[in-house]
Parts: sequence; structure tokens; C-alpha cells
Amino acid sequence: MKFERYGLGIAKGLSVTLKHMFRHPTVAQYPEQKLNTSRRIRGNELVWDRQKCTGCGTCAKTCPQGVIKIVTSTNRVNNRYEVEKYQVDTGYCIQCGLCVESCPYQTLFMGYAYERAKYRRGELVQNMEDMMLESGKKQPSGYFYPEIAQELPRQTLLVERITEEE
Amino acid sequence: MIITSPSVNSLLNPQTLAADWPGGFWWHWVLFTIIVIAVVIVMVMGYIYMARRQIGRMQSRVGPNRTGPFGLLQPIADVLKVLLKEGITPTNVDKTVYWLAPIVGLFPVFSIFAVMPFTNGGMLANLNVGILYVVAISSISTVGMFMAGWSSSNKFSLISAMRVVAAVVSYEIPVLLSIAGVLLLSGSLSMNDIVLAQDIPFILLQPLGFIVFFIAGLAEISRSPFDLLEADSEIVAGFHIEYSGIKFALFYLVEYGEAFLLSCLISTLFLGGWRGPWLPEWMWFIAKGVLVWFVMVWLWATLPRVRIDQMMALAWKFLLPLALINLVVTAIQVLTLPEGSLWVMIPVNFVITAVLILLWSKNSKLGWGRVEV
Repeated sequence: MKFERYGLGIAKGLSVTLKHMFRHPTVAQYPEQKLNTSRRIRGNELVWDRQKCTGCGTCAKTCPQGVIKIVTSTNRVNNRYEVEKYQVDTGYCIQCGLCVESCPYQTLFMGYAYERAKYRRGELVQNMEDMMLESGKKQPSGYFYPEIAQELPRQTLLVERITEEE
Repeated sequence: MIITSPSVNSLLNPQTLAADWPGGFWWHWVLFTIIVIAVVIVMVMGYIYMARRQIGRMQSRVGPNRTGPFGLLQPIADVLKVLLKEGITPTNVDKTVYWLAPIVGLFPVFSIFAVMPFTNGGMLANLNVGILYVVAISSISTVGMFMAGWSSSNKFSLISAMRVVAAVVSYEIPVLLSIAGVLLLSGSLSMNDIVLAQDIPFILLQPLGFIVFFIAGLAEISRSPFDLLEADSEIVAGFHIEYSGIKFALFYLVEYGEAFLLSCLISTLFLGGWRGPWLPEWMWFIAKGVLVWFVMVWLWATLPRVRIDQMMALAWKFLLPLALINLVVTAIQVLTLPEGSLWVMIPVNFVITAVLILLWSKNSKLGWGRVEV
């Protein structure tokens, strides 16, 4: 005789929902509570190191969406390219990370930030000034760069919070 | 809350009117009617809040928590939002029926609370046929729902309306039979006398009757797992699919008003109504109602929806025979047991309940003639 058929199954289900009621909810109250994202997040912006960039344009060539625009001029004194314009339309970016992986001088990083919602598409275009690593305002994510990932805070998992309280 | 009880007798007999009220009896009656309606509406708001919070927590969410402290003002925000919405009347609806339907649905829910004993005798009308009145009036809101489904000229709402009628007609019978068991014990149809008779709460004397009444009551007010009439995944929103704005708000009020009604009925018939130590009587009444609502929401958060054939099979093959047997057993016990020894029924009836449920579960078949167990 299987007692699941005589209401024990229902009782088991009820006990599950009752247990859920007394444990920590698996949600965060977003604007007030923010969870740490993955250390290797591909955030919706790029961070760029101007000092190390040689202006080779590999990132622009790799980009499947063609959203990276780079304009350089020749600096004969220092024997290098000067980057005049570096611009990413993050509205078209698909966060594939190929630009970051292809950069031969490790000057390009995915951003750690994810709150870049805007009201106009035009505002999503990220200019050179707003992606500089030197400005200190932009945090590169650990994507493709394990040494950066090491220093970022560990990702918060709500599952852990539940299991701790049980 | 002190509500004296102007019964039907006092309506007919001018000597018993509350003379100390300026303007006589009618002011008194109007005032307490408004108070009871206000209590119902406030409790409905509380029930909506409680249901949303509880379901949220049971699904590992938080539930509404933005409006006011702990989200307590959420029902008010909902009401304001829905009242400000545009009332759209589709072209092909039967206008008169379409407009009348929410009112026909709402009116009985409020009128039933006239006989609900919030305290000892604290009711608008201490009818000597109280429970009969409840059963008779409560079926009228089904007519409102059917009117809504029929007049909307929408396939989904019509299917939903047919399901409501099918469910209510089927489940009315087990509900009535399980109420009859209670009436045999209490010896009175008056709601207040039923509570007064419960020195032992009838849930102990009538466990089977309680289970049958609870399940059938859930089906009758179409709460989950019997919420076929508004099965979102198949018929969108059911009978009120074409309603918007204030008319939709009225249906929402009917839905939760009926839930409050059922929890009050269960608390009156089986859990001893306003009786209880220490706390004021009305508080006991509300607390028991809220407890019943907790269990209803708990089931709502847990159980999947049943199919229509399963629902009908449960009513006719499971609940109806059990309710009949329960009635016969109770009648025999009431006749044979000497006065004051009703407690003997408690163990006997619990054993009978367990045996009958096991036996009938074995007999029940699912669709396609497949035998479960």
C-alpha cells in the first residue's frame, strides 16, 4: 500500500511550502540591496588602458558587431600610433568578449559595472574619456584576466544564505 | 465591538426596539449594517495582503513590501489603481446583463454577513434559520458569475461560467450534507446557537464532516486547487476576462469576500466561532477565520490545479458518499448516545474518518479508467 496515494503526497508538499516560509527568501531588494556579481562578469561597458594601447585596431577587427571605432594618427617622434578616437556603441555590443580576448597588449577589459541603462540609444555610445582605466572610476571585470578576478569580491549567492540559516 | 441583535422578532415587535437610540430602531440598523460591511471590506483587504505575503514567502519571495510599513497599504494601492482604470465595455456584450453581473455577484456576499455571529449574539439578525439563509443566499453569487461569463460574448468566459455552475451544483450537495451533520449535533439552524452548542468544537466530533466541508467549500468558492474557472493557463482569467476598472474590482471583492465568508463559516460551524478564553469574543472569531485562511492559502501555494473531470469525480464519487455516511453515522450517534457523553464520538469518528478515506481513495479512478493505488 503506497501512502502517497492517501494524502501523504499532499502532506509532503505542504511541508515543503511551510519550510520555504520560514527560510530566507531567495531574492534581494534590488536598489537597496545589491548582490556582488560574478567576478568574471561581462558588464555592459568596456574599460580601456590608454597607456598600453598601441592603436593596432585588432579589437575593432575582431568585433562581430563592428561597434568599436578607432581612429589613430602616426606619431613619428615616439614611433607609435596615437589614438585620436576610441568609441564603442554599447547598445549594439553583444558582450561576446572577443575584443578583450584578441587584444595583443592586454589593454582592453570588460567592465564590472552593469547599471548602464539609459533613456536614449545615443547615450549608450561610450567615448574614450568614459572608458579610461586611468580615471580610476572604471573597474575592469575579471573576464579573461584571472589576476583581476582574484582581487574582486566574491560573488554573493542567495543559495548560500538559505543553507546557512537552515 | 458591541452589536446588539435586532432579530426578525424585534422587527415585528415594536416593544423590543432599542428605544434609547434617537430616531428609533432604523438608525441603529443602518449604522450596524455599515459597520458590518466595513468590517467585511477591511477584512477582505487584510486577506488579500495576507495571501500575497504568505504566497510570496512560500515561494521564497518577499511579497508586496513597498507600499507603507511591510507593504500593508498594498491592497489600498491596488484598489486605487483599479478604480482609476478605464471601464471598457466590449461591443458585442449583452449590456444589461454585463452591467448587472458584478452587483448580483457582490450583493449576496455582503448579505450573508448579516447572520454571522461576530460575538455572542453580535450579529445583525439572529435568524432561527441562519445556516439555511447562508446556504440559500451564497448560491446567488454563482448566478452573477454565470451572468458575467455569458454576457461577455467570449469563449473563455463562457467556458469558465459553465465550470462555475458545474462546480457549484456538484459541490453544494456535500456542503449541505456536512452542514446537516453539524445541525444534528447542535439541534438548531441559528448560527449563534450552533456556536453555543460547541462545548466541544465540532471539528473533533465531526472530523469527516469538516474535511468534506473544507474541500467542498474550497471548490464552491473556486479557490485553488479547484480554481478551474480562472485557470490562467487555459482560459486566461475566466468569467471576468472582459471586465476592467471598477467592475473588475467588484469581482475581485466577491472572490476574496467569499474566501472570508468560507473561513468565517468554518470557524462558526467547526472551530467554535467566537468561543475561547482570555481574548475578546470577536477577536477569537477573526483569529479562527484567519487561521482557516492561512490553511487555504497554504494549499493554494502547494497544490496544482485539478482537471475538470477529476473535480467532478471528487465531488460525486468521493465527497458525496462520505458526506452521506457521515450524516447517517452522526444521526445514529446522536440518537443512541446518552446526553452529555458526546465525547465518546471523538475517537470513534476519527477512526471512521481514517477508514472511510482509505477505502474511498482505493475506489477512486482517474481519467481513462486508470485505477490508481
